Amino acid sequence: MSETNIDIVNKGLGKRYRAEKRFRIYGVCAIAASLIFLAFLFISISSTGYTAFQQTFIRLSVYFDPEILGDTTNREGLASANFPAIVKQSLFKMFPEVQSRGEKKQLASLISSGASYYIRDMLIENPDFVGETIQVWLPADDDVDMLIKGHSDRGLVEAERRLNDRQIDWIQQLEKDGSIEKRFNKIFFTVGDSREPELAGIWGAASGSFFTMVITLLLSFPIGVAAAIYLEEFAKKNRWTDIIEVNINNLAAVPSIVFGLLGLAVFLNFFGMPRSAPLVGGLVMTLMTLPVIIIASRASLKSVPPSIREAALGVGASQMQMVFHHVLPLALPGMLTGAIIGMARALGETAPLLMIGMVAFIVDVPSGFTDPATALPVQIYLWADSPEKGFLEKTSAAIMVLLTFLIAMNALAVILRKKFEKRW
Amino acid sequence: MEKKRDFISKKEPLVSRENRKTVGYPNVENPRMTCRNVNVYYGDKQAINDVTLDIGRNEVIAMIGPSGCGKSTFLRCLNRMNDTIDFCSVVGNISLDGKNIYDKDVDVVPLRAQVGMVFQKPNPFPKSIYENVAYGPKIHGFVQNRTETDEIVETSLKKAGLWEEVKDRLNQPGTSLSGGQQQRLCIARTIAVGPEVILMDEPCSALDPIATARIEDLIDELRENFSIAIVTHSMQQASRVSQRTAYFHLGDLIEVGSTDQVFLNPLHQLTEDYVTGRFG
Ligand SMILES: Nc1ncnc2c1ncn2[C@@H]1O[C@H](COP(=O)(O)OP(=O)(O)OP(=O)(O)O)[C@@H](O)[C@H]1O
Ligand SMILES: [Mg+2]
Repeated sequence: MSETNIDIVNKGLGKRYRAEKRFRIYGVCAIAASLIFLAFLFISISSTGYTAFQQTFIRLSVYFDPEILGDTTNREGLASANFPAIVKQSLFKMFPEVQSRGEKKQLASLISSGASYYIRDMLIENPDFVGETIQVWLPADDDVDMLIKGHSDRGLVEAERRLNDRQIDWIQQLEKDGSIEKRFNKIFFTVGDSREPELAGIWGAASGSFFTMVITLLLSFPIGVAAAIYLEEFAKKNRWTDIIEVNINNLAAVPSIVFGLLGLAVFLNFFGMPRSAPLVGGLVMTLMTLPVIIIASRASLKSVPPSIREAALGVGASQMQMVFHHVLPLALPGMLTGAIIGMARALGETAPLLMIGMVAFIVDVPSGFTDPATALPVQIYLWADSPEKGFLEKTSAAIMVLLTFLIAMNALAVILRKKFEKRW
Repeated sequence: MEKKRDFISKKEPLVSRENRKTVGYPNVENPRMTCRNVNVYYGDKQAINDVTLDIGRNEVIAMIGPSGCGKSTFLRCLNRMNDTIDFCSVVGNISLDGKNIYDKDVDVVPLRAQVGMVFQKPNPFPKSIYENVAYGPKIHGFVQNRTETDEIVETSLKKAGLWEEVKDRLNQPGTSLSGGQQQRLCIARTIAVGPEVILMDEPCSALDPIATARIEDLIDELRENFSIAIVTHSMQQASRVSQRTAYFHLGDLIEVGSTDQVFLNPLHQLTEDYVTGRFG
């Protein structure tokens, strides 16, 4: 036998390296493919959504006419004061040639129907404006907004346009004066939903999501961690714990709509909790997140090396002291990661919320756990379903907000993991 | 449990029963711990067979035997560490100062404070050196304030021969020490609780000869205040540190006697085969 062992090794070497190289190429391809998909998603969403962060405003010289307003020193007076008339009067003053009623109506429709609320809020803040003329930027109607942003084609025949030739003339005149411009869309970030795209904001849904998540976190993290600790560290391993384990794993795979139905039947119909409330949403999300947290927590408890447990028991620590002084600190990063991933999933969940009424049209920003509210993904669904063109960009913008939240949460998971992780 | 024993004893072992009775001197005068007819089962499998053995005061008793013969299992019975294994059961009588530690009314927490354990692999807590030593006294309420804790940490580390090396870095993690230092830290942690008996399961198996020598010196010093039971695979180590030696074989305690006698003049054929290197 002239062939030595090293010859055989050398002969096979090329094949081994080729296999490794092939595998590396597969890996790089997989990463590249997923990055391309992600980039496609982000680019397509941001390219339609970024325009929603700006909004078209029209500058008016508003004369707070005491004759139209009447007595505004008390609440009733403010409530009955005719603010829309103030806005219209200011607009008509800019275009004195407009006389006929039809034309006046068309002119008035360039300004958002919500503009009068801004005038009212201004007056409430500065009661001495009565009788004065003030320069104000007021939100334009969504049709104007779309035109300015270039989403509507000015070249179409008049019948196919949302704005007629006359209205476009006025807009061009305003543009020439510098009285129309795009500004940062504060409305989008500060108010709740609206039927008018230019008045609709994400803040209501974001607060709804926030309150829902607070309930979810407060309930699911302690309950989930306690359940995991009990099952993993204290419960005797027997048939019952096996059955419980199988059921928990099953629950983690149950479609979320089922949890929504459960919430509807139990929390709303049986316990009579308020409809559309973040409280109920949080409870349903808790049910959904619990199995995820329990499974993640048990896995991270299991990964704590037995030598640490023996060390603690060896110096006479009780079972409880062993768990809380030594095992839990080591398992905590894994538990936190599991909890945040579970929470992120809950944040993006729509189906169960539809079942408990968090899909209602709600204008007011919720200020508590029992106020009616929607959530971010539901808001996306609602806007995506609206016919107005203005909601198209709002939908994408809302998705961007949601993604930002998700990225922030996942980044937090990574940071917490890095911070608490200890080598042993 | 009785039934189970019958079932086991019906299966005849390879070497006849007669041949596996303990020879030598398992009993001592005024013992600290006494073990009588101890049987240990992992589920249906018997790991320890009717072992009777005393552990004296201020002595080091070495336990030797081939791998898998049940030395660790027996050692872990002495502070009920086997309780943590669900399917492990212990039958028989093990007493500490005349009190059966397997009685229903015995609490394992104070028991483990009295019978401390050092493990094969150094396993300091992933906390500071100081906290490693202070942990036991703290949970048992031996110390009330910082000065008392400082004191107990210092004396324990000194007894374990580690003080000079770590006194300037007590706040660094225990895991940052070398293997030998970690093992001495674990010994200090055990001493700090003030046990009567210290169990050591191959404490030097992960250490180099120099670190091993230090630990052996330490064991010799500790004998003044504690009873020590040490499992070891090194017969040289057993002969260096121990006064008595017990030889285990497949779950049976074959021979017990003074260390010199067991190594130089074994009574049993199996012991002779092992210590002369024909078995193991
Ligand atoms: N947790 C366990 N579950 C089941 N069987 C076990 C367990 N621990 C030990 N055994 C069995 O009990 C017998 C004795 O094991 P033990 O660990 O006491 O041996 P040992 O003498 O310490 O060996 P070594 O010198 O290799 O450490 C072995 O046959 C082993 O397979
Ligand atoms: Mg062992």
